[in-house]
Amino acid sequence: MIRTLRILAANPLSLLGLILVCLITLAAIFAPWIAPFPTHNGAVVDFLNNNRAPSARNWMGTDLVGRDIFSRILFAYQISLTLGVVVLAIAVPIGTMIGLLAGYIGGWLEMILMRIVDVFLSIPPLVLAIAMMGVLEPTLTNAMLAVTAMWWPWYARLVYSIARGEREEGYVLAAEVIGAGAGHIAFREILPNCLPAIITKMTLDMGFVIIIASSLSFLGLGVQPPTADLGSMVAEGARYLPDSWWLTVFPGLAILVAVFGFNLLGDGLRDVLGVDE
Amino acid sequence: MSGILRLLLNRLGISLIVLVGVSMLIFAIARIIPGDPARIALGPNANAEQIASLRAEMHLDASLPVQYGHFVADVLRGDLGMSLYTNRPVTQDIAQFLPATLELVFLAGFIMVAFGLPLGILAARHRGRWQDHLVRVIALLTVSAPGFVWAVILMLLFAFYLPLFPIAGRISDIYDIERTTGFLTIDTLLVGNWAAFGSAVHHLILPAIALSLSGIGQAARLTRANMVETYEKPYIEMAQAYGFFPSRIARSYAFKPSLIPSLTIIGLDFAAMLGNAFLVEAVFAWPGLSRYGVAVILRKDLNAIMGTVLIIAITFLIVNIIVDLMIAFLNPRIRYSTRGAS
Repeated sequence: MIRTLRILAANPLSLLGLILVCLITLAAIFAPWIAPFPTHNGAVVDFLNNNRAPSARNWMGTDLVGRDIFSRILFAYQISLTLGVVVLAIAVPIGTMIGLLAGYIGGWLEMILMRIVDVFLSIPPLVLAIAMMGVLEPTLTNAMLAVTAMWWPWYARLVYSIARGEREEGYVLAAEVIGAGAGHIAFREILPNCLPAIITKMTLDMGFVIIIASSLSFLGLGVQPPTADLGSMVAEGARYLPDSWWLTVFPGLAILVAVFGFNLLGDGLRDVLGVDE
Repeated sequence: MSGILRLLLNRLGISLIVLVGVSMLIFAIARIIPGDPARIALGPNANAEQIASLRAEMHLDASLPVQYGHFVADVLRGDLGMSLYTNRPVTQDIAQFLPATLELVFLAGFIMVAFGLPLGILAARHRGRWQDHLVRVIALLTVSAPGFVWAVILMLLFAFYLPLFPIAGRISDIYDIERTTGFLTIDTLLVGNWAAFGSAVHHLILPAIALSLSGIGQAARLTRANMVETYEKPYIEMAQAYGFFPSRIARSYAFKPSLIPSLTIIGLDFAAMLGNAFLVEAVFAWPGLSRYGVAVILRKDLNAIMGTVLIIAITFLIVNIIVDLMIAFLNPRIRYSTRGAS
């Protein structure tokens, strides 16, 4: 673990990713204390200071009802990161289980499970999430549900492809010969060999979940106002381009910086852990 | 040739199975809607009689398998139901809006290949040097923002600050082109109106770039990874030992085998683009299927939602079959195989 981190930090790009991820996580956790205007996450109006360009008082300007955009971005990070962690915490174990079952046990189970996975993968992820949000009420919980429903198949396919390869390896045969059970072989022998790929994909996916979640709220299908969310902030501001550029540019860059951080880190991890693309 | 024919039949078979699954999935999504679909369709002012008659028309009183059967039978007859939003058959709406989206996605796909592959080749040829690092940063940066962020940034820079491109729409209002195919770049050429063709292309460029950016990054990364792998093969070493020029080695020996895995990803990226078109079309007021999709979703227009998702899934399956066939044509082991390939 320490060694991995040390090799990772030796690459300036990976180090930058690590720093960005740490900074954004800390900013999200401590948002109520470090935001210059902690109340501006909710339904606050300050019409004396509305639609102001960036200044010393409001580093990233204020929105149409006078809320500080920098403060709202910090709170929006809370939502994005929570969503990412919850989605992955549910989708990864489900996908891994299904991938292991299909990849190791094989047979008709493999056939059925992987065809189901194919079905999910044959609808563009965003379209599937949009369709689900279309029939559900637009709340944070439902957004998590919709994104999770489209996320697990990717892990199923990843773990499946590795497990299928490992099934023929000598160490698996050896375990079978000495009479190890299917559960032992799947979880204690094959799963550890899938972990580097899973961990790398999870890091990269934190970024992609943030993208998908902000896309949903950009279309008005995610977290509802007045709660701050990066996607809905861009959507609200887009009508006031180019004059009030700060309404869209800063929340947009906030997405870019966060996802870029996770991508740099994940890309570095991939090299260190020796995972193929 | 028989190898390719077998492959085509194989892929069509798998796609058919997947399509049945997709129809079940779409049906399931449509049935998790809370409340009575008939009541939602008719609005709050409908009386019990009207609701009951619509329920009967929509087969809502039957069991779920029977309902699914009716749904499939309707789809096979080419009947996707009426849209509550436009009051027209959903098929008619889709026929009107799909070409605009496909036009955008096709150009974006072309831009993705035209820039992504050369960037990947450049990085692989100079691996470990500054060109490689630069391509890596560009690739990671482009995949790090959703399409709507790129759309807003490009619009601000190249439509507002530097007014090089139009801000919104598909074609300048002064042209009234007869819609034969719905693809404006084709329709304008059919009537021979070059100025209108120019205007249509001009309107396409900025949204297409916004849509293609994340795909460019992915295509570049993948091409690089595959080519680096190919460069380690003995036959490349032999070519180098013969003293061939690096550009000739890259072009004639390293590129083609590396292209095959890239094509698979390009197929997947095409799917992502159909989704991302939802975001880019919203920013550029592009009158495509995605804008229609968002409009009907916000109105909980069930038939239209199901129809849109179904059409997108079918489009994606067709593109993937085409990609598989292209791979087969490129790969002599499949092209000349008499046993076919899995």
